[in-house]
Amino acid sequence: MLDILRDNWLLLLIGQYPNGPLGGLAMTLILAVCAIAAAFVLGTLIALARTSGIALLYWPATALVYVVRGLPPVMAVFWAYFALPVLIGRPIPGFWTLLTALILYESTYLSEIIRAGIQSLPKGQVEAAKALGFGYGRITCDIVLPQVYHTMLPSMVSQFVSTIKETSLGYIIAVQELTFAANQINSQLLTRPFEVFLILAVIYFLVCFTLTSAARFLERRVARQRNAPALKVQPA
Amino acid sequence: MITLHKVNKWYGQYHALKSVSAEVAPGSVVVVCGPSGSGKSTLIRTINRLEPIGDGQILVNGDDVHAAKGREINRIRSHIGFVFQQFNLFPHLSVLDNVAIAPVRILGLSWHEARERARALLTRVGLAQRIDRYPHHLSGGQQQRVAIARALAMKPPVMLFDEPTSALDPEMVGEVLQVMQSLAAEGMTMICVTHEMGFAREVASEVWFMDHGEIIETGSPAEFFSAPRSERARKFLAEIRH
Ligand SMILES: Nc1ncnc2c1ncn2[C@@H]1O[C@H](COP(=O)(O)OP(=O)(O)OP(=O)(O)O)[C@@H](O)[C@H]1O
Ligand SMILES: [Mg+2]
Repeated sequence: MLDILRDNWLLLLIGQYPNGPLGGLAMTLILAVCAIAAAFVLGTLIALARTSGIALLYWPATALVYVVRGLPPVMAVFWAYFALPVLIGRPIPGFWTLLTALILYESTYLSEIIRAGIQSLPKGQVEAAKALGFGYGRITCDIVLPQVYHTMLPSMVSQFVSTIKETSLGYIIAVQELTFAANQINSQLLTRPFEVFLILAVIYFLVCFTLTSAARFLERRVARQRNAPALKVQPA
Repeated sequence: MITLHKVNKWYGQYHALKSVSAEVAPGSVVVVCGPSGSGKSTLIRTINRLEPIGDGQILVNGDDVHAAKGREINRIRSHIGFVFQQFNLFPHLSVLDNVAIAPVRILGLSWHEARERARALLTRVGLAQRIDRYPHHLSGGQQQRVAIARALAMKPPVMLFDEPTSALDPEMVGEVLQVMQSLAAEGMTMICVTHEMGFAREVASEVWFMDHGEIIETGSPAEFFSAPRSERARKFLAEIRH
């Protein structure tokens, strides 16, 4: 098994780069970081739409959240794969297809976390800001979201862990990420699938476990800082 | 300075304010008291429109509070200081920035200017040593003094207080009342919902007694405490004196 690792570690780490496309764990992490960053912004907008009290914003956002949350993530990948080229009018690379699917999927989950945070903020916070003369935008940016993001930090890390695992779906549309690299190695060796996929499993586990531990640590810190029970982090 | 004209307020079917009319002259200090559920918080919260009203009119500094359209209400509110029972400080901001943020965001001061203003106000409420702390490091009495400084930072011509001392441990009530008293002495126009009868006697220019959504008696503190006219006020005073 160590020989597999010795011969292929670079492939697992960065794919064929610099002689070919970037792949492996590097691509997995790039995808996950880009997806979670964009989903964070989109998720905030969805959460604001759902807490706005404006029907025209509330209903589309709510429908989106319910539909996407009711589907397995692989459906988001399929939809992005078949629908995006039609929408845009030309074929798009697998990287963008997968990224779109992950953003769509993760933003609905993050939006629910953010919405819960907005709604659990004591109502005196908004009232105090209103009484000072703050408008909606200022209250949201200066008072509500900073507090929500702070308490949500641990949940966000565990959502990042989910995203890392979901990037492996890229395999089915030939995005060169970590699972794709492992499968390449398996195809070359042919006879040693258990060892190859054990290595793959260990890599995912190490990355995700480290991050989940970080989330636990953050959770305790947030709880201490605010002197309030934090939301429990679900193992992702 | 503050005029209420036939203000009615319903929570669903419940008639919380029944055609309330009253007036507060500039520089006067009104203490509002009455039994629990009589509508004191509702009344004071309609004055800066934290609660909407059914009908009637409320004028503050010449502005018709409930007729204001769109963002106009933000400007009106910025001229009305409000202090809550539960302080409602912003936990993610330092004490200094709790006081400085409104002048920055609403008056357009620089952070430097606003923090100077905040430092002066915090010194005045006796918290110069605590400016870098966060709210949860402070005692209740200290938090409430920060909340008063935060409201004062907008230089409002009127201040509203909704039971500012009733969430405090008894030994901290005095320090907050003292700040309010010094404000009154400087001529601030104030409406205070409070059951602190000592404060009312010494500081109030007028007492309003509320029951069942109505102001049923008004008078100077001397009159009200020694010779309440209504039976309900007599009963209320007997109860709070045990
Ligand atoms: N948001 C609300 N929805 C429905 N009813 C309400 C609401 N807020 C207050 N009420 C009712 O209106 C009445 C007046 O309430 P308010 O809070 O103004 O009383 P209060 O005089 O401030 O009492 P306390 O001394 O307990 O603070 C009460 O009967 C209360 O139950
Ligand atoms: Mg009350």
